[in-house]
Amino acid sequence: MAAPATLFDKIWSSHAVLVRPDGATLLHIDRHFVHDGSGNAFRMLKEKGLAVRRPDRTFATPDHYVPTLSHDLASINEPHRRAVVEDLEANAKIASLTLFGLNDQRQGIVHVVGPEQGLSQPGMIIVCGDSHTATHGALGALAFGIGASEVGHVLATQTLWQRKPKNMRIVVDGMLAPGVHAKDVILAILARIGAAGGAGHVIEYAGSTIRALGIEGRLTICNMSIEAGARAGMVAPDDATFAYLRGRPYAPEGADWDAALAYWGSLPSDADARFDREVHVDAAEIAPMVTWGTSPEAAAPITGRIPNPANAPDAARRDSILRALSYMDLTPGTPLTEIAIDRVFIGSCTNSRIEDLRVAAKVLDGRRAVVPAMAVPGSGLVKAQAEAEGLDGIFRSAGVAWREAGCSMCVGMNGDLVAPGERCASTSNRNFVGRQGRGARTHLLSPAMAAAAAVAGRLADVRQFATSP
Amino acid sequence: MEPFIRLETVAVPLGVPNIDTDQIIPARFLWRKRHDGWGHLLFHDLRFDDAGAPKPDFALNQDAYRNARVVVADRNFGCGSSREHAVWALYDFGIRAVVAPSFGDIFFNNSFQNGLLPVVLPAQRVAALRAALERSPESHVAIDLVSQTVAGPDGAIDTFEIDPFRKECLLAGTDDISFTLGHRDRIAEFEKTYEAKVSWL
Repeated sequence: MAAPATLFDKIWSSHAVLVRPDGATLLHIDRHFVHDGSGNAFRMLKEKGLAVRRPDRTFATPDHYVPTLSHDLASINEPHRRAVVEDLEANAKIASLTLFGLNDQRQGIVHVVGPEQGLSQPGMIIVCGDSHTATHGALGALAFGIGASEVGHVLATQTLWQRKPKNMRIVVDGMLAPGVHAKDVILAILARIGAAGGAGHVIEYAGSTIRALGIEGRLTICNMSIEAGARAGMVAPDDATFAYLRGRPYAPEGADWDAALAYWGSLPSDADARFDREVHVDAAEIAPMVTWGTSPEAAAPITGRIPNPANAPDAARRDSILRALSYMDLTPGTPLTEIAIDRVFIGSCTNSRIEDLRVAAKVLDGRRAVVPAMAVPGSGLVKAQAEAEGLDGIFRSAGVAWREAGCSMCVGMNGDLVAPGERCASTSNRNFVGRQGRGARTHLLSPAMAAAAAVAGRLADVRQFATSP
Repeated sequence: MEPFIRLETVAVPLGVPNIDTDQIIPARFLWRKRHDGWGHLLFHDLRFDDAGAPKPDFALNQDAYRNARVVVADRNFGCGSSREHAVWALYDFGIRAVVAPSFGDIFFNNSFQNGLLPVVLPAQRVAALRAALERSPESHVAIDLVSQTVAGPDGAIDTFEIDPFRKECLLAGTDDISFTLGHRDRIAEFEKTYEAKVSWL
């Protein structure tokens, strides 16, 4: 009998093309997503005179540089930005890749599009030149971000050299309290294990809380695995996964579906599989979270206060808090709910799916944002779905700008920037120094909390907005 | 790719943990092409003020460290975004090795693809190295890839671990594509067997 294996072990071993005596393993790649930041990899391929080995396994959509006011390419008035979007479309055409282009309703943030199209499936190895590729792990895939050279390597060979990371399991059990969402779970995990807490590991999220979350919540959690330094994050496929995939454009059908289902059912970690590290989290203890610093690990319950550096466990930690508070212009001891904000961003590969927009709209319904705010759906299809449900009307009536799909203000590469010194409540994934623009100050939170912040003009506890106004 | 064999050079201490790739190279520069040159953009917002003037307190702006080819950093260096531009910026500036207690995973892999050597040493030793470099800014660090050692200005010599495959590639100055292409038949064979199993893909 085979030794007990984890979900990760099973996917890894089934994709090993070649294992060198020193352990370096050449892995087959099932899906490769490319975007408008992949231009340098295509250039490298061209310089080496190489072609894309598997155009049928490679899918392209522009997301980082696309404008969100209009999807008209001509509306990108910055020539460099327009060129990278045009480049992707040209590269996709030359290599015969499937492209969800700017005027295709299926266009969107690559990590929203993959699952939405049924392209991301259990048991796959999925890569993309973007660190948030771990998102796709929510479907039971091994998915991770790679650099430009590795993108070139995958384009040319449909493989990648890797050394096997260790297994880590984060078990979240219990019921989430009202007002607490997947984003709060992952921020609570980051606060607990730290920005390098998953380094060298692939994280499997397990436990009753994860099971009870829909696929969209699991996508949010896996998305931020990289914020813990993990190679990837994943959730074992279950009935919710299969129900999510069934009928999606690229999901198998008929006899293929049955064959796929049988295979997918064999993937979950064996009961006696060994994990190198385990962390247990009690869901009931998680409150709505916000970050106060310049690393996603600097997260605290909204009922908390800005930490006092004097109470830090060591000098290095103290310096780190002092630097963060200086950049964020915050004073130790301040209640988090007293922090006034200048702007709200609802979007990004972390939180721009339909559930995210529904939750935010529910808080905003009948209320007004008192600061500039924007909602940026994760794909053209999410946008259309939201509009069919009337969510766009709720956002607009609340004074929240309703935009076209793209990465937008998460990273600001399309020009949607937070001004220097401005404080933004953001549903994105990184509060790094300068991430949303030079001098921009970011507080990460859930879509529900972002909506509450928009209405309050400060960080606020969404549980106080539970009933309609 | 330029081979990495041995390097003796001035090193610059950067004792801030979690230096993410957004700080190494801000997103607004990423539309540029690889061969456009990236060295002048390295640590842009840490190195230059809003008016573009060098910030005197940033170590790389100080004469003693300006010619450093090694960065001695703190934990989780290069975390965050997968942008390989962070490695290009370091490399084009002249940096050939980064010594730290730990690295962002993707940055670590990207480094090897460009001839930049990431060296992991215990946190205490890295802190001691930084302290030594702060005390005597123009002193040298010697890194020998063949023997996998780092010799500090304090005379101490430490051994580091490295994946043998990565070491081979660095010593020879080759990237992995050419090596992999040598296994084309093996890849095709794998695809055939694998795709018979997962026919719905």
